[in-house]
Amino acid sequence: MTAQESHDTVSNSSRDQKGDEGAGRPVGAPRRERGTRVRRQRVRAAWLFLTPMLIGLLLVAGWPLLRTFWFSLTDASLSSLEGSQFIGLENYLVFDDGWYGILADSLWWQSVWNTLYFTLVSVSLEAVLGVIVALVLNAHFRGRTLVRAAMLIPWAIPTVVSAKIWAWMLNDQFGIINHMLLGLGLIDAPLSWTADASLSMWAVIIVDVWKATPFVALLVLAALQMLPSDCYEAAKVDGIHPVRVFFRVTLPLITPALLVAIIFRALDALRVFDVIYVLTSNAASTMTMSIYARQQLVEFQDVGYGSAASTLLFMIIALITVVYLYIGRRQLGGGS
Amino acid sequence: MKSGLVYAGSVLMALGGISQAQAADLTISCGAVGAELQLCQAGVERWEARSGHSVEVVSTPNSATERLSLYQQILGSHSGDIDVFQIDVVWPGMLATHLIDLNEHLPKGATDGFFEAIVDNNTVDGQLVAMPWFTDAGVLYYRKDLLEKYNLEVPTTWAALTEAAHTVQAGEREAGHKDFWGYVFQGRAYEGLTVNALEWMASYPEGGTIVDDDGKITVNNPQAAGALSQAAGWINDISPQGVLNYTEEEARGVFQSGNALFMRNWPYAWDLVQSEQSSIRDRVEVAPLPAGGKDGQSAGVLGGWNLAVSRYSDNPDMAADLVAFLTSFDEQKRRAIEGSYNPTLPALYQDEEVLAAVPFFGTLYETFTSAVPRPAAVTGDNYPRVSNAFFNTVHEVLSGRVTADQGLESLEGELERIKRRRW
Repeated sequence: MTAQESHDTVSNSSRDQKGDEGAGRPVGAPRRERGTRVRRQRVRAAWLFLTPMLIGLLLVAGWPLLRTFWFSLTDASLSSLEGSQFIGLENYLVFDDGWYGILADSLWWQSVWNTLYFTLVSVSLEAVLGVIVALVLNAHFRGRTLVRAAMLIPWAIPTVVSAKIWAWMLNDQFGIINHMLLGLGLIDAPLSWTADASLSMWAVIIVDVWKATPFVALLVLAALQMLPSDCYEAAKVDGIHPVRVFFRVTLPLITPALLVAIIFRALDALRVFDVIYVLTSNAASTMTMSIYARQQLVEFQDVGYGSAASTLLFMIIALITVVYLYIGRRQLGGGS
Repeated sequence: MKSGLVYAGSVLMALGGISQAQAADLTISCGAVGAELQLCQAGVERWEARSGHSVEVVSTPNSATERLSLYQQILGSHSGDIDVFQIDVVWPGMLATHLIDLNEHLPKGATDGFFEAIVDNNTVDGQLVAMPWFTDAGVLYYRKDLLEKYNLEVPTTWAALTEAAHTVQAGEREAGHKDFWGYVFQGRAYEGLTVNALEWMASYPEGGTIVDDDGKITVNNPQAAGALSQAAGWINDISPQGVLNYTEEEARGVFQSGNALFMRNWPYAWDLVQSEQSSIRDRVEVAPLPAGGKDGQSAGVLGGWNLAVSRYSDNPDMAADLVAFLTSFDEQKRRAIEGSYNPTLPALYQDEEVLAAVPFFGTLYETFTSAVPRPAAVTGDNYPRVSNAFFNTVHEVLSGRVTADQGLESLEGELERIKRRRW
């Protein structure tokens, strides 16, 4: 097949508004056969180009994943990886005068709950705030470029650094947050943000929202700038209230971008580690699945048990992603 | 193109060669709590001047729990990046397989004159895996000016401490010192809380141990429950709620800025609270930790750090020589005077210059020699799990999420689970 021919095929089908049916009929069977051969060739070329990447993925993602899963079926410890023995599903669940294993560990289930709670609250807040920030930055005002650049700073600072900064700001005795709240008369005694079990989750959420909102805002802002202006002109002519315009025009149009931002953030939040580890270390009230797995793997040297936790973490994230994509696709499909 | 690559490669190799030539002969990891790092650097520089080799000093996290994880990662990957490790008194058993036998690399009699108990602690299966560098035991720091002002005795029981703290805290707050607290300690969920809580428990008659010497789980007893309930009562009463996230340095920060009457800490803090920048200089004294009631006894938990050489080191003999130098009489004396680090040589506790700098080394000698050990030997590889379960439970009790009785009962179950896994 020459370039000329392929060009013809493309232009033929695009010229004919009714699609393949009209374009295919006059030429008939031989053309379809040639199309199949071309398709086969293209498929082969595609595989050829994809193979290196697939091999790379298998090496860097597939192999560690399988190895982790294998370790989760053994009693390996970090100091003696070689001398491990196969113990089946004992790391997950085993009955021996009572249930043992990770699925019987209340701390694991608390970590799962903490992770889901953290993800739901922080990502929701980030989505709402991100859209608001993006709308503000989309408006025309002086110094907009400067504000846009400044907005990205929280996202640009390494998490460990910003978490440490926040840890000092949230310090119960010397922290500036308590100082300000006391000065404003909002509280009458310093709050111990990172030590009080009922506050520490919120402290972590505040820091994460501060950090990740710019990311959502950036993606939404990009979507906002590509919106067609005619819808807005029509709305203006019809005298529609701006709030109604936002919910009926803007929001549906930026939904795809917002959904992408949310899935990115949700995946990040589900395996959150650094911000929480710096702020509250291994405290049970903010322990997430990643922190639980790290503690088993590194602190307790229990590669088997820790791998079981990592495997479950992977499965939970995969499950949530699949459900999210399924719902997201259905909603988008229904919308268009 | 090809020649370009070759050229780039040779440049890289040349650069690598240069950086290797400039790299230090040895790398040592030192703690950075208080003035620790400066003292370590000064000691290392003296060895460098003597031996002509260069040493790189790397600092490690302040939290012992985090430091252990870091070491385990480095040693677990058989990396020779760090030659000399500063290891906690509870770690020799866990890390022994990664450390060299110093008996083979040091002259005979290298451990003569050291506290025997610590040398025994550092000997695993007949191998000396670490040299004692400094020892530690928890002590009580108090503000003598404030105790005098309110006409109070130095407390010898926890109940007396609580009462004194109440009196002084109320008085100082009334006088306008709003941020004043009675007692600060280490309450974050980490190894330090294990130490603090074990001190409370061990100060009661038979309240004693988490796991006894035979490996039996003994933590769930009424005396221990009483000790923990008492401590839980301190939170928001005489201790700020923030202690639940304090390590040694946070506690010292509050005490040293004059905002607390009592502090539980290690001897290292002495030199710092008495330093020129300290706002409470010359108004502080040190006493043994209070006992748990009349029949109880003061109990400081044994701490302290040792120097060990990695099995993956390229220069084990040179590293062993550095260890021998840093743990020598002169060097320990310098560290005792300049940084109030407890020597591991009994002779130094009678040294006049040392006693002039740190008077309580003489008066509290008993506390240091009879310090309570943590159950690291008997629980072996599982010690981090045991300690972790213990400090998490204590943290929950202190936070008021569970009562001491409930907490200890579920801790007992948790420890049974751990014991089931090879201890």
